[in-house]
Parts: sequence; structure tokens; C-alpha cells
Amino acid sequence: MFSLEGITTYVQDWLFMKFNPTLALAMECVIVILLAISLFAILGLVLVLMERKVAAHIQIRLGPNRVGPGGMFQTVADTLKLIMKEGLVPDMADKFLFNLAPFVVMMVGMLLLAPIAFAKNFQIWDINIGVLYISSVSSLSVIGILMAGWASNNKYSLLGAMRSGAQIVSYELSAGFAVLTIVVLTGSLQLSDIVNAQQNGWWIFKGHIPAVIAFVLYIIAVTAETNRAPFDLAEAESELTAGFHTEYSGMRFALFFLAEYINIFIVCAIGATLFFGGWMPLHIGNWEAFNHIMDYIPSSVWFMGKTFFLIFLIMWFRWTFPRLRVDQLLNLEWKYLLPISLFNLLLVAVIAILGWHF
Amino acid sequence: MYNQTEIIKDTSELGAEGELVINMGPQHPATHGVLHLVVTLNGETIKKIEPHLGYIHRSIEKMCESLTYRQFIYVTSRMDYLSSHINNLGCALLVEKGMAIEVPDRAKYVRVILSELTRIASHELWLGAMAMDLGAFTPFFYAFREREMITDIMEDTCGARLTMNYIVPGGLMYDIHPDFQKKVKAFITQFKSKVNEYEDLVTNNVIFQSRTKGVGILSAEDAISYGCTGPVARASGVSCDIRKIYPYEVYDKVEFEEVLETAGDSFARYMVRVKEMNQSIRIIEQLIDNIPEGDFVGKTKNVLKLPKGEFYTRVETARGELGVFVVSEGGTTPHRIKFRSPGFSNLSVLNHIAAGSKIGDLMASMGTLDLVIPDIDR
Repeated sequence: MFSLEGITTYVQDWLFMKFNPTLALAMECVIVILLAISLFAILGLVLVLMERKVAAHIQIRLGPNRVGPGGMFQTVADTLKLIMKEGLVPDMADKFLFNLAPFVVMMVGMLLLAPIAFAKNFQIWDINIGVLYISSVSSLSVIGILMAGWASNNKYSLLGAMRSGAQIVSYELSAGFAVLTIVVLTGSLQLSDIVNAQQNGWWIFKGHIPAVIAFVLYIIAVTAETNRAPFDLAEAESELTAGFHTEYSGMRFALFFLAEYINIFIVCAIGATLFFGGWMPLHIGNWEAFNHIMDYIPSSVWFMGKTFFLIFLIMWFRWTFPRLRVDQLLNLEWKYLLPISLFNLLLVAVIAILGWHF
Repeated sequence: MYNQTEIIKDTSELGAEGELVINMGPQHPATHGVLHLVVTLNGETIKKIEPHLGYIHRSIEKMCESLTYRQFIYVTSRMDYLSSHINNLGCALLVEKGMAIEVPDRAKYVRVILSELTRIASHELWLGAMAMDLGAFTPFFYAFREREMITDIMEDTCGARLTMNYIVPGGLMYDIHPDFQKKVKAFITQFKSKVNEYEDLVTNNVIFQSRTKGVGILSAEDAISYGCTGPVARASGVSCDIRKIYPYEVYDKVEFEEVLETAGDSFARYMVRVKEMNQSIRIIEQLIDNIPEGDFVGKTKNVLKLPKGEFYTRVETARGELGVFVVSEGGTTPHRIKFRSPGFSNLSVLNHIAAGSKIGDLMASMGTLDLVIPDIDR
């Protein structure tokens, strides 16, 4: 059976056999970084193509279909074009911050990759405060966006950045509370513990109504946090031309673009880990035969399948809903989502204490 | 050249302390053309909107003065390009009225059918573009699927998809395509089966309703005093359908309702246009099987000369009342010509209905005013 765990164990054994432990560890670090960067590039290409195909399907058209079979290399061609394009910096812009901003946004995505379990025992950093780490690091991306909006010296960018600031800071709360629901059920902040706790069923099935509510809240909140429609007020094409990245072009723009898709992947991966058991195959209680059959599907396939299902869900939102207005957006969070998530947290605490979940 | 420091100096004079002045347009995704709005903002709230016009002024009225009564009709296709057929009709009606030209029934029927098809096509495009302004991209493609069938019919009939130029004083330029009736019927079937998709995707969408209901409210008194016509005025409860009040061609023979809403907000304007499409379908259904046989163009002199005097006709375009006013000295060309375009008056209410609301509301208000910039500038 195909297993990523086997490959990593083999590589590690080989490195430690050939070199002294310090050197082997350093080499492992380099390999991990290279893998992370290449994962970024591949994800960017795949997700952009997926978005365009999903959009085309919803909008009764074909989508990219000229470059390569079925338009597969369209995004590669787009990337090449962006790399070769001149990166303009406006005259009156704050040059240092203007250049720094895309990298800050990108870096947040990279940092968030660390605690995610891609397959069984295949995780860069199994930190014991994984969930806390994720929620604290993900709040950093707003700094990059504010930086971009301010440094561009463009009124549209500034408005977009300010909207984004209000939006991300607000929706962080709901996302945090939704994540806490699962932490209460599991009793651990460590992502590997959360996954292992779902061995006999995923939390969305085991956690009764609170888990379902938390999942809905989580999806709404992360859609807003990643600045995706219907919450794409920071970009708001018809209102602010392109919001905070109006002045960006070439590779700097590409980094923003890439960061958006990486962020979607990461929030969906975390959502899959918390609510759908991460790499854990679909297990139903004591049905031994069924559980064994499910075990034959590699854990990495399970993880990617769940993540891409959630990504599809978020793309589906984007191409169906109109955009909210800025006051409606904040009303939705502070008047509806936040009270519901607080109540939901209480409910789940009661359920966890009384042991009513499966 | 207009350099950066000058721009900053310029805007500081316009905006008071704590206010931000933004130039929306002439290149902006939501102005659908070269409309330039100077918007004064306080945070997200709009203080004042000042439309700057003239970026696409082609002096069509002046050009018409040097064109004959046969020729000047076709320049008007470029005014409100989405209802070009109806613009042509307005001018042709004026010439026919002035010279008392008899128009055959066949031409009258086809003119009305094409006018209503034009109206549907225009409203379809508006539906897609307005949804796009509100951030929903998909309705655009749904609306264009049906609009494409209309433009195909237009192409078959007169060879053009947008600027029809199909009307001559006295009738039509040439007869309709043999497949015309079949294709129009196919379109009606298609439209009726698909119109519920708009309801699902747009009308019943909670976000869409919350974005448009109570946004950009225009009272009936204001609609009258600003000179609004068409769906904008009818959404405020002002009855102003020229097809009903001053029927031209065969509009007095067909049954249809003037769609009236009372709320006067963006959602009411949306509903008026959607219902108007259904009324247009109703008109076409009554006429399409009854197109009389006969000539498609009446007998006219080779050189048209309007008698000395002043002439005025009006038609209901997709945007409202188009008035054509001609002063004739008795020659082959108009002495002076003036178009009363619906878009200009409808634009003038923008500051009135959008000031005090948020930037997002401006898009909802502007989108439902259905502005076509070449119609405003001419």
C-alpha cells in the first residue's frame, strides 16, 4: 500500500546512517523547506486552474481549454507571463513596505503549513499547541494587507486595506470559537491528538449539533478571513477596482494571488482536520469489515479528498453569491455569528462534560 | 501634463477635513463606460457625488444637422447603443409624422416586435451587469445566454447585432428573414423556461435583497422633479410609459401592463425591469403570429424635405423616454435637432439617492439606474 510515512522513514534512516546526526537533521530541514516551497507552487497552479474550471462549470462555459490537454497548462503559462512582467512601483509609494508586503502575506501561509498533518505520521511539526499556533499565526496576514494598502499610496488600496483589517480581525473570533468547539471535545490542542480522537468517527458526525454549527460557522468565518466572495470586500472589484493590490503587478501581484489560494488550502486543510478527521479514513463505530476496506485507501488521499471538497465548497460560494456591504458584513459577525458561537461553545462544553457525544 | 502634486492639490480643495475625495472613473469597472464620478467620502460613507460628463461626447446633435432626413436616423444608433432600434424608430416616426408618410402595417408590426426584442436584450444586459456590480458574476452569463438568441435574430434580420439601422422613413430597409417567426418563437420558449433561473440566482438571494432593498430610495415627487422616466420613475410609482400614454405604431392594439412599483428603491427598479421583460414577451406573443402580408416599406419621395416648423416625437426606449425635437427650415437637413435622452435625467438623481449611503450602495443605486454613457453624453 502506498504510504508517505514509509518514504519519510526510509529517507530519515538513510540520512542518519550516512551522516552524523546534526548534519542529517540539517539536511532534513532543507528537504522539508524545498518540499514546502514546491508544494506551494503546485498548489497555486492546481487551485487556480480548479477555480477557473469550477467557475466555468457554474457559468455554463468551458473555461481554459487551449494550453495543453484540457487547458491543464494554462496556469503555467499565466505564471510565466507574470514572472516576465515588469513589476511597477508607484512613484509616491513607500518602496520598502510596498516590496515587503507580498512576502509577509506569503510567509504567513508558509508558517501555517507546519502543523498540518498531510497523512498518517506525515507532519512537519507536531507541536502540542497546534491549534493555538494556527490561530495566532493566521492573524498576521492582516498586517501584510494593511501594509500593502498603506504603502501603495492609493485611495482605493487604502480603503480596501481598512476594510480587510476590520473584516479579518472580526471574523478571527468566530473562526477561533469554532475551532475551540473541537478542542473542547478532544481535550487537546495538538493536531495529531485531534485526528486520533476521530478514529471511530469524525467530529462532524460524533459531535452532535454543536459540531455541525461549529462547522458552518467555521466555513463562513474562514471564507471571510481569506477575503473570498461573498466577503471579498477588500478586493471588491466593482467598488475598489482591486482593493489593496490595485497597484501591484508582475511577480509581487502573483505572490498575493498565490497567497490567497494557499490560504484557502490551509483553512480547508484545518477544517478537514478538525471536523472531518484529517487523514483518518471513514470509520463507522464497530463495523470492522467496512473500516478495513476504508483503511485500504491511503491516508494522504483521504486528507486531500476532504480538503479539496471544502475548497470546492468555498469556490461554489464565490460564484453564486453577490458581495455583502461593509456594514452588513460586520453586523453579520458581531450580531449573529459571535453570539451563536459563544452559545455553541457553552453547549459543547456541557455535552463534553456530560459525555453525550459518541 | 497633469502630474501627481496637482492632483493632490486639486482634491484638497474639494474635500473638507477628514474627507477623502476619490475619482471613480473615467476608467472604473462599475461605471460601465467613461463616466467620471468625483466622490467625496467620509470613511465608507458617501458625502457627495459629482458626475463629470463629456468623455464620450461626439456632438451627435450637431452632426445630424448636416445629414439628410434619411441619413440622420443611423447616427442615433450610437447614442443609447443598447436600444439602438428604438432610437431609430423615434427618428423615423418624426420624419413620417412631419411628412405624413403612410407606413404599411407589416412594417409597423415588425418594428414593434423588434423594439420589444431590443428592450429584452437591453434589460438582459443590464441584469448581468448590475449583478456584477453587486459582486455576483454568474448571472451575467445566464443573462447573456438569452441575449445571444436575440442578437442572432437581429443579425438574421438586418445583418447587425448591436447598431441595427433597420428602419427607413416609411417602413423597413428590407423584409424580414423567412425564419424570423420561427426563431422568435424559439426564443420565447427558451426565455420562459429560463427566467426562473434568474429568480433563483438573483431575486430570491438573501444577500442580493439586503443589498438592494431600501437602498437608493427615490420618491415619486423627486422622480418627477428630476425628470426621471422609464423603469426608474415607474419603480417610484410614476406612470410614464410612453407606449401607454402616447401609443405609437401598434402599441394601442396589443394588451400589456405598465409595470409599476411603489417602493422606489433599487430592488423596485430591479423588479420593474424583470417584469417588463415578461410584458415584452407578452407583446411579442400577440404580434408574432399576426404579421400582415404586404409591403414592408411605404411610398416615399426620393428626397425628403420636412415642411418648415417644429416637430417632436417620443418613444419609450429601454431606459425611458427618448424625445426627438427637430426645427426645420424646409430644407433637406434639420436646421436644429435636440434629443431628450433618458439617461441624462436618470443620472442626475444619483447624488440625491446615493449621498449618505455606503460605497457598496452607490454600486447598487448606479447599477439599477441603468446608465449608458454614450446616451448621456451624445
